[in-house]
Amino acid sequence: MCLAIPGRIVEIYSDNPDSALVDVVGVRRKIDLGLLPDDKPAPGDWVLVHVGFAMSKISEQDAADQIHTLRMLGEMEGAIEEVKGYGLEDLN
Amino acid sequence: MPMRFVDEFREPELISKTVEEIRRLAGTERHYRMMEVCGGHTHAIYRFGLKDILPGNIELIHGPGCPVCVLPMGRIDDGLAIAQSDVIFAAFGDMMRVPGTQGSPLEHKARGMDVRIVYSPADALKLARLNPDKHVMFFAIGFETTAPSTALTMMRARAEKIRNFSVFCNHVTIIPAIRAILDSPDMRLDAFIGPGHVSTVIGCRPYEWIAQNEHKPIVVSGFEPLDMLQSIVMLLRQLKAGQAKVENQYKRVVPWEGNRAALRAMAEVFQLRPYFEWRGLGFISQSALRINDKYSEFDAEQRFEVPGIRVTDPKAAQCGEVLKGVLKPHQCKLFGRECTPEHPVGALMVSTEGSCAAYYNYEHRKAAMVGLSSIA
Repeated sequence: MCLAIPGRIVEIYSDNPDSALVDVVGVRRKIDLGLLPDDKPAPGDWVLVHVGFAMSKISEQDAADQIHTLRMLGEMEGAIEEVKGYGLEDLN
Repeated sequence: MPMRFVDEFREPELISKTVEEIRRLAGTERHYRMMEVCGGHTHAIYRFGLKDILPGNIELIHGPGCPVCVLPMGRIDDGLAIAQSDVIFAAFGDMMRVPGTQGSPLEHKARGMDVRIVYSPADALKLARLNPDKHVMFFAIGFETTAPSTALTMMRARAEKIRNFSVFCNHVTIIPAIRAILDSPDMRLDAFIGPGHVSTVIGCRPYEWIAQNEHKPIVVSGFEPLDMLQSIVMLLRQLKAGQAKVENQYKRVVPWEGNRAALRAMAEVFQLRPYFEWRGLGFISQSALRINDKYSEFDAEQRFEVPGIRVTDPKAAQCGEVLKGVLKPHQCKLFGRECTPEHPVGALMVSTEGSCAAYYNYEHRKAAMVGLSSIA
């Protein structure tokens, strides 16, 4: 659970600037940007996502490297299942 | 040289060169004991077969940085006891198979308890919004990587005046654990591979005492094979030069100063516990977080009767010795027999970040396969 997963910001919600839709290797989910108030990511930026919160902004290259590492670690499928939120993400 | 997995690595040539540099620096004269603090590193070391490509005189000791592994069984029992009374028990997937004395959360679910796996503390809060007639308790675990997310979730709950949500807080802090390990008389370490993602939050400064007072080098490292190998080169260079510094190999992700907003969120919600019990390490002072008075309405330990159960680990299990690096996983009497990833006795066998599970999944199986092929 110490491993974070890279995601690309798709949209920042207009009604809540601390909330964004990210694309994590094809899976979309809502994440919280509240831990990056001084360096707010914009749509198109890559962030490291840990337990549903953006922890840091990273470059596209670093994102690709991190995804490669997760694949090699055999953690990718599990990570994607987690990001899907065990069904919770579909409920509003 | 055995180079398992090297073809999968990015930049295999650079990997080979780095391994050559490690061999040159390590020489043959002495033995080096390096602790990787983070469980993510432990998992990566086994998965990538790094042990196979490092020279024999570099020994990697697996540190305490697996939050599931260091949590004493009594805390699991306490959390489950709260959930007996019509409370939804929400926790990360890592927690689900961790045994309490009466079984794991998953086994309690099978017996009818309302146990939910959540990816995020924010999802646990969402469960509370979706179930206004029920109370949702989030069983929080993790080091400084995860604690800010729990903190921010509680700040959101307070702002929204959500009344049916609480946190059973088991967050721990990495620095006192490193201190306890250094103070342990049976521990002889030369250097540390510092945790990557914890350091995105706390930065590199909190490690300075390790260099200055304990004269041990520490390099904050990324998780790729090349990251870890480069970190070992940096540590060997320091050791050869008689230096002890904090260095940051993972600069592309870890800022020297950490994440101030995350630290602010933690300071807003948490305060240090006077002491906390760690599995295998015993009681360590000021090593864990509790929820402060301002947020007491969201503190499960204040809201509910907590039995405060203290459970000693099964005598035959030697989790503590393995956790401190005194024993290798396979040297424990239960390893691979009574205790397996399918039926874990100790928590080190539960999480993929635990050294026993990592060892079992890679080294043990590899050995078994070699044994089988030699029979065939």
